[in-house]
Amino acid sequence: MQATSHAAHPAARQDTHHEAPGFWRSYVFSIDHKVIGIQYGLTALCFLLFGFFLMLMMRWQIAHPGEAIPLLGSFLQGLLGDVAANGIISPELYNSFGAMHGTIMVFLAIVPLAVGAYGNYLVPLQIGANDMAFPKLNMMSYQIYFLGGIIMFVSFFIPGGAAQSGWTSYPPLSMSVPTDGQTFWLIGMVFLITSSLLGSVNIITTVIQLRAPGLTWMRLPFFVWAQFTASFLLLLAFPPLEAAGVMQLMDKVAGTSFFLPTGLAVGGNLANISGGGSPLLWQHLFWFLAHPEVYVLILPAMGIISEIIANNTRKPLWGYKSLVYGALGIGFVSFLVWAHHMYLTGMGTHIATFFQTTTMIISIPSVIILTCLLMSLWGGSIRFNTPMLFALAFLPMFGIGGLTGLPLGFSVADIHLHDTYYVIGHFHYVVAPGTIFALFAGIYFWFPKLTGRYMNEYWGKIHFWTSLIFMNFVFMPMFVQGFSGMLRRMSDGAVQYSDLKVEGVTGALSSTVIGLNNFILWGAVGLGLAQIPFIINLFWSISHGEEAESDNPWNATTLDWQTPTPPPHGNFVTPPSVYRGPYEYSVPGTGRDFIPQDEPPAAR
Amino acid sequence: MDIPYTVEARPDTGVYNAKVGMWLFLASEVMLFGGLFSSYILLRVGAPAGTWPSGLLSVPLGTINTIILALSAITTLMAWVACKSRMFERFKLFQGLTILLAIIFLCVKSYEYRDKLTHYEVVLKSGEIADGHLIRREPSGDIVLHGHVVKEHAELMNGRKHVEHRELTIAKDQIVRMQNYGPWHNTFLAIYFTMSGLHALHILGGLVVMGYLWGPGSRMWKTDPDRFTNRVEVSGLFWHFVDLVWIFLFPTLYLI
Repeated sequence: MQATSHAAHPAARQDTHHEAPGFWRSYVFSIDHKVIGIQYGLTALCFLLFGFFLMLMMRWQIAHPGEAIPLLGSFLQGLLGDVAANGIISPELYNSFGAMHGTIMVFLAIVPLAVGAYGNYLVPLQIGANDMAFPKLNMMSYQIYFLGGIIMFVSFFIPGGAAQSGWTSYPPLSMSVPTDGQTFWLIGMVFLITSSLLGSVNIITTVIQLRAPGLTWMRLPFFVWAQFTASFLLLLAFPPLEAAGVMQLMDKVAGTSFFLPTGLAVGGNLANISGGGSPLLWQHLFWFLAHPEVYVLILPAMGIISEIIANNTRKPLWGYKSLVYGALGIGFVSFLVWAHHMYLTGMGTHIATFFQTTTMIISIPSVIILTCLLMSLWGGSIRFNTPMLFALAFLPMFGIGGLTGLPLGFSVADIHLHDTYYVIGHFHYVVAPGTIFALFAGIYFWFPKLTGRYMNEYWGKIHFWTSLIFMNFVFMPMFVQGFSGMLRRMSDGAVQYSDLKVEGVTGALSSTVIGLNNFILWGAVGLGLAQIPFIINLFWSISHGEEAESDNPWNATTLDWQTPTPPPHGNFVTPPSVYRGPYEYSVPGTGRDFIPQDEPPAAR
Repeated sequence: MDIPYTVEARPDTGVYNAKVGMWLFLASEVMLFGGLFSSYILLRVGAPAGTWPSGLLSVPLGTINTIILALSAITTLMAWVACKSRMFERFKLFQGLTILLAIIFLCVKSYEYRDKLTHYEVVLKSGEIADGHLIRREPSGDIVLHGHVVKEHAELMNGRKHVEHRELTIAKDQIVRMQNYGPWHNTFLAIYFTMSGLHALHILGGLVVMGYLWGPGSRMWKTDPDRFTNRVEVSGLFWHFVDLVWIFLFPTLYLI
């Protein structure tokens, strides 16, 4: 079953390539799930970098309000005109950057990476399928995503600039800001929702229908379970936002008042609308998506981490079934917690109590999963390579992110913490050193399967340690600022609330708290510099990395490693059959420390 | 490279790929329309007293459209049965009937839209409100309505109350504000146009797919009748869902 790349390639070629498709069919309009996965991955990484640069410029403005951005300032002015006059970020531009940073990071970077790239590339491989169930829909899914990304990106350059009302686009604010950027945002979202619909239908159908013979549900790698659950969340949670998006689009272009209340005044004048709408309705529909979306961000990350931990501890995952039921539990309960984002909207204490309860309940499966992963380390002979380091760092970082969420889930504590930097610290710990670290871990881990070469370990470790340190430099101070009551979304970095300006007022912010802005800025700059070795390493290693010694260099058990390297169109040399569970590492009495899933039981 | 279970069912799940895909798609559609129906409920419950109109839509036309869609559900099923029993001519007949019914539905729907868009509420200088269908605009700027005049806006909230309609000529300088019954007119019309419009888009989408299977797509019957039958079945599943949405839309928008 251990096919080496030299032996396997000619056979695979004969089998699958009747004629070599041209450039466009191979790289642009490909229907091969692996190419689509890589397309998703590269596009999303570009958006990740772009979103990071938006944030970097915002951090400069927060730390040095009203000062021109060094290096980029004049470039920005040339690009965007008056909103960046003299290289200074105006409040309107700051709002655009804030809204687009959130939108790009969530909808164009992390989800497409976690589900689009990893799900596409690995799910068919791990279940022993030769492709996704609907390859053409898969291709369309990527292209619609790409179009949605273009629409979002272009909106920076229209008169008025991009959307300015946060990634949440709360009306009536989003209706009152005089820019068509909001319309672009809504149309872009409809594209992204359509793309994720096609992708999630594809992944779920593939898992249900195309599992290899013998690959029963409880033999699926946990990564597949995580993708399966995340896809269900995308499938069922996104449509209500699509409905809401259509309604806000109607408000914007057809003059309806779905989210605009009677008597709305904009700029001191009564708005010329029919009224009777409900701003709260938008928030309900938005968070009905956006909370499950959080778990779409984290579940695939947990899946990646569990594959890497099992492989690098050389022992089975502790509590495989608990992990699976934990993931399903998270998926189910995630539909029942959305209104904990809305405690301060005055929606009624009984409803708040309900959502507070469900929010506490959902922490249970999350803790189960984290505990299982932690227990899996016990007694393992751990290999500390770069992917494993990222995976190990994921555990405490996600732990911090998760635990700091509890005070936000209690409606009483949330009164103080709502909309402060504490919230920003909390969810960034989940997504940045949490999910993004998992995505980094996955890139280092599966790189030899994609290219036949390792990424450089030395620079990988430098990337890891610097990223870990600077991530914490950036996000840890935000908890302090949040506790002190510093609000988010202020383009001047809260200088207006400094106790130097409003002397003797209780609750004014001390210079220490505001001074942390500068600390965070340099943390963010360091974090940016820390990615340079990664970017160089990624591209350099494609052709210059150390060659992997076999198709299965990590000695892994799951089916994705039992293919030629890189897997050809059609993936497997012969269709695999599965005889055992996903993590048969260090089985006593077998003479080696792993048994691939497709290895038949030894004859007696 | 062939993807397995595109035509025959996978033994342990009992279905072929496209059917799973369609059911998943429909699950997401349920959530889409579920979001809209929930919005309808919340908007209606939260509307300020006396601002939610009733009886604005024509129940007879809605009933006709309901019957048309119910019939098309039957013809859709019969088309699939015809494929299953390998009677291609019968398939052509029933599929053609479905397409015809869908077109009639859209015609009725667009008539209803036109009826709303030519219906005007005109606030007069006297404070009274003229309400009715625009017959013509005079070159002088005067307008001619077929309708009636009421003292207060609240009197327009019940469209079912019978009132005498007559031809009204309104001088240009008497008009303070004039607005037709489009989605911008009030929240009920907003949700009516949004929901029925989205539903009509689904009908249109179904029409395109059904038309393709009836016309150029039916060539597959000669090469791979099983796969073709599956396509008919899956498009039929979608069609039944679209019918079902209408079964909920009709009472929600027309009757209550």
